[in-house]
Amino acid sequence: MGNKQTTFTDEQLEAFQDCTFFTRKEILRLHSRYRELAPHLVPLDYTNNPDIRVPLALIVTMPELKENPFRDRIVETFSEDGQGNLSFNDFVDMFSALCETSPRELKTIYAFKIYDFNRDNFICKDDLQQTLTLLTKGELTEDEVLLVCDKALEEADLDGDSKLSFSDFQNMISKAPDFLSNFHIRI
Amino acid sequence: MPRKNDAAKMDEVGIEIDGEVSDSDDGVAQRRNNRRQAAGRGGAKGRGRGKKPASDEEEEDDEEEDEAPRGRRGANKKKPAKKRGDDDSEDEAPKRKRGGAANKKKGGKAQDSDEEDSDAPKGQKGRGGKGGKKGGKEEEETKGKKGDAKGKDKGKDKDDDKDKKKKKKKDDSSSDSSSNSDEEEESMSEGEMARLMEEVEEKKKLIANIRNKPWRMKRRLTHLKEAQAFVDKFEGALGKGKGRKWYAYKVMMTKKWIKFQRDFENFRTACIPWERKIKEVESHFGSSVASYFIFLRWMYGMNLVLFGFTFGLVVIPEVLMGLPYGSIPRKTVPREEQDTAQDYSVLMDFNGYCKYSVLFYGFYNNERTIGLLKFRLPLSYLMVGIGTFGYSLMLVIRTMAKNADVGGGDGEEGEFTFAWKMFTSWDYLIGNAETADNKYASITTSFKESIVDEQENQKDENIHLRRFLRVLANFLITCSLGGSGYLIYFVVKRSQEFATRDDLSWYEKNELEIIMSLLGLVCPPLFETIAELEDYHPRIGLKWQLGRIFALFLGNLYTFLFALFDEVNTKLEEEQAIKNASIYAMKEYYANYSRLVNDSEATPPPMNPADVIRGPCWETAVGIEFVKLTVSDIQVSYLTILIGDFARAVIVRFLNYCWCWDLEAGFPSYGEFDISGNVLGLVFNQGMIWMGAFYAPGLVGINVLRLLSSMYYQCWAVMATNVPHERVFKASKSNNFYMGLLLLVLFLSLLPVVYTIMTLPPSFDCGPFSGKSKMFDVVMETIDLDLPAFMGTLFSYAANPGLIIPAVLLMVLAIYYLNSVSEAYKNSNMELKKKMQMARDEEKNRRNNTDSTNQVMKDLEDLLPNRSLAPPPEPEKPPEPEPKPTKTKPGAAGKGVNLQKDVALASPNPNARGPVSRAPGPRGPGPGPGPGPGPGPGPGPGPGPGRGRGRGPPPR
Repeated sequence: MGNKQTTFTDEQLEAFQDCTFFTRKEILRLHSRYRELAPHLVPLDYTNNPDIRVPLALIVTMPELKENPFRDRIVETFSEDGQGNLSFNDFVDMFSALCETSPRELKTIYAFKIYDFNRDNFICKDDLQQTLTLLTKGELTEDEVLLVCDKALEEADLDGDSKLSFSDFQNMISKAPDFLSNFHIRI
Repeated sequence: MPRKNDAAKMDEVGIEIDGEVSDSDDGVAQRRNNRRQAAGRGGAKGRGRGKKPASDEEEEDDEEEDEAPRGRRGANKKKPAKKRGDDDSEDEAPKRKRGGAANKKKGGKAQDSDEEDSDAPKGQKGRGGKGGKKGGKEEEETKGKKGDAKGKDKGKDKDDDKDKKKKKKKDDSSSDSSSNSDEEEESMSEGEMARLMEEVEEKKKLIANIRNKPWRMKRRLTHLKEAQAFVDKFEGALGKGKGRKWYAYKVMMTKKWIKFQRDFENFRTACIPWERKIKEVESHFGSSVASYFIFLRWMYGMNLVLFGFTFGLVVIPEVLMGLPYGSIPRKTVPREEQDTAQDYSVLMDFNGYCKYSVLFYGFYNNERTIGLLKFRLPLSYLMVGIGTFGYSLMLVIRTMAKNADVGGGDGEEGEFTFAWKMFTSWDYLIGNAETADNKYASITTSFKESIVDEQENQKDENIHLRRFLRVLANFLITCSLGGSGYLIYFVVKRSQEFATRDDLSWYEKNELEIIMSLLGLVCPPLFETIAELEDYHPRIGLKWQLGRIFALFLGNLYTFLFALFDEVNTKLEEEQAIKNASIYAMKEYYANYSRLVNDSEATPPPMNPADVIRGPCWETAVGIEFVKLTVSDIQVSYLTILIGDFARAVIVRFLNYCWCWDLEAGFPSYGEFDISGNVLGLVFNQGMIWMGAFYAPGLVGINVLRLLSSMYYQCWAVMATNVPHERVFKASKSNNFYMGLLLLVLFLSLLPVVYTIMTLPPSFDCGPFSGKSKMFDVVMETIDLDLPAFMGTLFSYAANPGLIIPAVLLMVLAIYYLNSVSEAYKNSNMELKKKMQMARDEEKNRRNNTDSTNQVMKDLEDLLPNRSLAPPPEPEKPPEPEPKPTKTKPGAAGKGVNLQKDVALASPNPNARGPVSRAPGPRGPGPGPGPGPGPGPGPGPGPGPGRGRGRGPPPR
């Protein structure tokens, strides 16, 4: 990148490559995508790690996230302040965790956090209901929702506390045939 | 899948530890004062004991033992830690020792990962503020890494593992105690070295794995920097004397190597084409349609390599260095064909100039070496032919293995229906509103279906009728399969008849290809219609459908092949006659010449190559058949897309303005992308390529072009004309299913080619092997002529049956051995699964507070000792006070704490819930991986890692 303005130093790129599943080119692309979201906010030059956050409302307009019913949760999960404001680090982090090559364990952890709406580290019935409502756009009746939530809990809850802890969730997800193929976003 | 299970367990275990670890981190500081004594003394001692199921351990012991690891950890610190009290850890540690001594290592990874969570509340900042904390944290990480590494070993040799660990720990603590006095002095003792080395290794591992950690990027970056700094600082210090230089050199080379690898990786990913295109399709149609395009891309990559081999080693050398066109008979169009040789129709049939071109087998000369480079073309031809198969086999199997590795667990259907639907049904790739709507709708329907299923569970229906219908359907399908097979056989026979005639219409000439393509076009929908009789669940139905289409294609292909072999045999007979005739004619020619010229000395001018009588060259004929088949397949599939999808879409789109019903929503509507049909088509096309490539080297090139164009064409077609599936089938696992099909096809296409190579004599006047009695004679020839004599004898020994038979026996034995090993693994796998199931059932039962529905469990329960006689379990600790959340997200707060109440999968935690009416029973035989193999998972006394953590939630 000698001829044009440098976005990252080589060390930064190396570090990013060490820390994510992306290649150099992809990181640069991510940066340009990030910058697209808020051109006036995000500088081209990232060599001195400016502390800039892009708000949730802008992030979820990305076509990759636009149609996702869980977009807000995804962004919130990956934002360091929990409000959905993403710094570039968070942004890279998000797509790294969701990319194709990231391992199942990592994805499971983040999936758990995403589905944990009230952030109490358990997926409780409320979380399930919210998930279901988002998934079906509220087309199911109250009773059906309750039934499905109960059933899901019954299936996956191993320790009988009528909420899903991480290990319950992990156990359930580890056997799911299409978790990996579905839980990824190509950037 | 023992590994999967292990992994799962590992993580869970990790979770239960993590809280304590972070606590211990704090505890460390406090105890730093007495660590000098403790580390040396208690470390070794306590550790040794800690491994045992310390059922009788007292508080003090715990304390002491507790101290040890801390001391050790503390000792490793380079910076003074700030004091901070946190007494919780004291109770935790012993329990961890007891319950999870073995698991500690296993859980390393998760421990690490969850550490983050426990950290979160404390906040990155808070940590940073406490000067010395860093060191401790680092230590912990390395510890985690250690565990990680260990945990990756098979869980089976856990005991081994434990011992090793124990030893290492002792090592550690002893070296620590020595190092305490002179921290980081230049005189590095042996132990110090070892420790440092280990640490460096761990750091390296951390660097390699840091991307797998669920940390915030900032934290990752910091850690990375630290670890790198550490490695840089101490790596060079290792190794001594002469070894030092060598070590430094090695380190440098490793670094360079890593750098190179990364650059290469960057380059490689930059080379992967169509990433954007696939993404676009993916976001429109979801992952299942995209899986077809990814498969297509994979195929393209493979074919590109095959193309490279074939063209680089066979075609190009022949073109550059071989004799030019028209020099010898096999490279010349015969006189009687020359008039029509350039006609379009003839060329389209791959006759005329095409037939005598580099595209086909017959063109190649049998000269042993060609050109200045002495390129051994015949040998290279054979090697490329075999190498094609070798490479494809290797690639397919490797990909399959990789996929199998990734492709999740083998969850039984029905175990998690609702939970899976809830958490894994959304396709995160979808980025198109319409698709998203479809997806919403399909998810809703599937939920509704499940609800209905759940409610009535078993519909009572006429099972006899159903059975009858299914049998009928299968009968019909078998009939049509047989019919199509016969049809092809008939057509091939007829085409042989036609071959002797000249007055053929276009249809008659292309009958075979047309019939085969039509069958491929008509039969699948027919099957689909018949399959409706069966009324299977869609997913099962899809499998049947795929299997049937596969059978159809396969049957057709093989009928075609057998018919072809018939033809080849007749050609071989014919050839024998022609061979004699041509030798005779040659003799006549020379005799006539010498008679006419009357000068026996003069060499006669060579006969015009176009006039030489030549054999039928069956190889080229076979090659032409395959090329024609491939080309017609391409045409048909492209036309289908054009008519079936594009024309339909156009009509629906534009006639809709003036039509009496809604065309878009009503009858014709838009087409859907037929994933399975397309994939099967691709697979069979590849089969034809594999079969035909030996006889028509140009076929690979044609195929590459086809795949390339089809990538663009189909991408366009799918985006322009198709609508997303209404019922989205999951692409899951089918990836390997397709690969399996490909492997099968590869194997099946391998057979005929190898058969011809090994048994049929090559044509006498065309192709690189002409004049030999068998094609592989070319290898023998090379061995005899080009390799030193002893190699020849070596090979002749190797080809000796006396050697081959033992070798085969050995292989059989190896297969048998591996088979039994895998059997054993499967068994233990089943065992584990059963255990999990038991634990699960038991949990459910307990929750429902009814008596066990499982009779066996009940009996086992009865057999347990009276638990009320045993000492009560340890008192519960009040839950750790919630650390004040700093600026991190509230969700993470307390995760580390809360999570640890989760029970390791295999082992219930009786203390955590339920009235504590029963005592914990005898402490089981050590910290096993869960309940013992016996009646362990009885509701009371599971002596697993979950036991006795005092900080569970209050009983419910």
